Amino acid sequence: MADTEERLRRTMMFVPGNNPAMVKDAGIYGADSIMFDLEDAVSMTEKDAARILVYEALKSQNYGEAELVVRVNGQDTPYYPNDVKAMVKAGIDVIRLPKVESAEMIQMLVKDVEASEKEVGREVGSTHVMAAIESAKGVINAAEIAAASDRMIGVALSAEDYTTDMKTHRYPDGAELEFARNMVLHAARAAGIAAFDTVFTNMDDTEGFYRETRYIHQLGFDGKSLVNPRQIPMVNEVYQPTEKEIENAKNVINAIQEAKLKGSGVISMNGQMVDRPVVLRAQRVMMLAKASNLLDEEGNYLEK
Amino acid sequence: MEIKQTAVAGTLESSDIQIMISKGTNDFEIELESDVKKQFGDQITKVITDTLKQLGVTSAKIKAVDKGALDCVIKARTIAAGQRALGTTDKPEWEVL
Repeated sequence: MADTEERLRRTMMFVPGNNPAMVKDAGIYGADSIMFDLEDAVSMTEKDAARILVYEALKSQNYGEAELVVRVNGQDTPYYPNDVKAMVKAGIDVIRLPKVESAEMIQMLVKDVEASEKEVGREVGSTHVMAAIESAKGVINAAEIAAASDRMIGVALSAEDYTTDMKTHRYPDGAELEFARNMVLHAARAAGIAAFDTVFTNMDDTEGFYRETRYIHQLGFDGKSLVNPRQIPMVNEVYQPTEKEIENAKNVINAIQEAKLKGSGVISMNGQMVDRPVVLRAQRVMMLAKASNLLDEEGNYLEK
Repeated sequence: MEIKQTAVAGTLESSDIQIMISKGTNDFEIELESDVKKQFGDQITKVITDTLKQLGVTSAKIKAVDKGALDCVIKARTIAAGQRALGTTDKPEWEVL
């Protein structure tokens, strides 16, 4: 697991790497992570131009607090080595490798990233990586992939390729993805890294998007990959805690602080045992509440 | 570095700039089309020539159609077109980036 502070990753927005208008504006929508795409969103003849464009944008544009991710071309393509080198040199936060099927693929990426870090004079270990899982083999090997390197920050399910590999396609109820979602999620949790759900591409089906987002929120995913900035507030709304949850979380945190002062690890609050998992959950609720602008500077709930 | 072939990079979409580079005889000859030529023409020309010089190009004919590109986009498109013209796309000059 990458040695980073727990950060929110509710939304990972895809940005086509060869589109200057979208690359330049990517930072204004408030996505937790921005993913510049050099792979499927870029035609074969423009791979070089997209790589250079994303590089120059990363070097000169301000994307605020967002985590910056680049999806490089696959290891079986001639573009991969230059993609990795350019993005490491640009100082990218995370390199996302597509079509990952084994731990070896991640280890190879990490080796290539490390070589580039040494070459361009970047601190070794400062570039993180993540894996996109897009096939039956990838899903079966999800656990070893998620644990393949301490640079790993997350795994993402990519359902379009996966459903094709499974000889099906996407249905509104998502039953065809049930196994893959749970495998990817468990692999991520077992390795202590983030889990990203797949994109939802039908922009006209708002109801379907909410349904799917509530479902993956319930399962426990950190967030979702997105193709349109309009989906960002919708995801954030689903992940936003209720006033009751926030009050409860505050009580838990206060109670555990009091207990610590008294030298006790476990306490009871309103007749319920409060131990470590409850405290961790409370801390996450407070982090979400803060990100959703529901708290004032002192941590009090703001009426909407 | 010698220009081997005429090459183009960039599109005519908003915020982009399309740059075509071909063999020149002497220095840089730049033909720029831009709605903001009056205000930014000199700056756009400067970014293009500076970037080409960094690539080791000393003379070239350049046709640029600007659709409101930022400097970083102008630089990126010039590098892409330049490397294509020089035939060095697969072995980019990392120092120039």
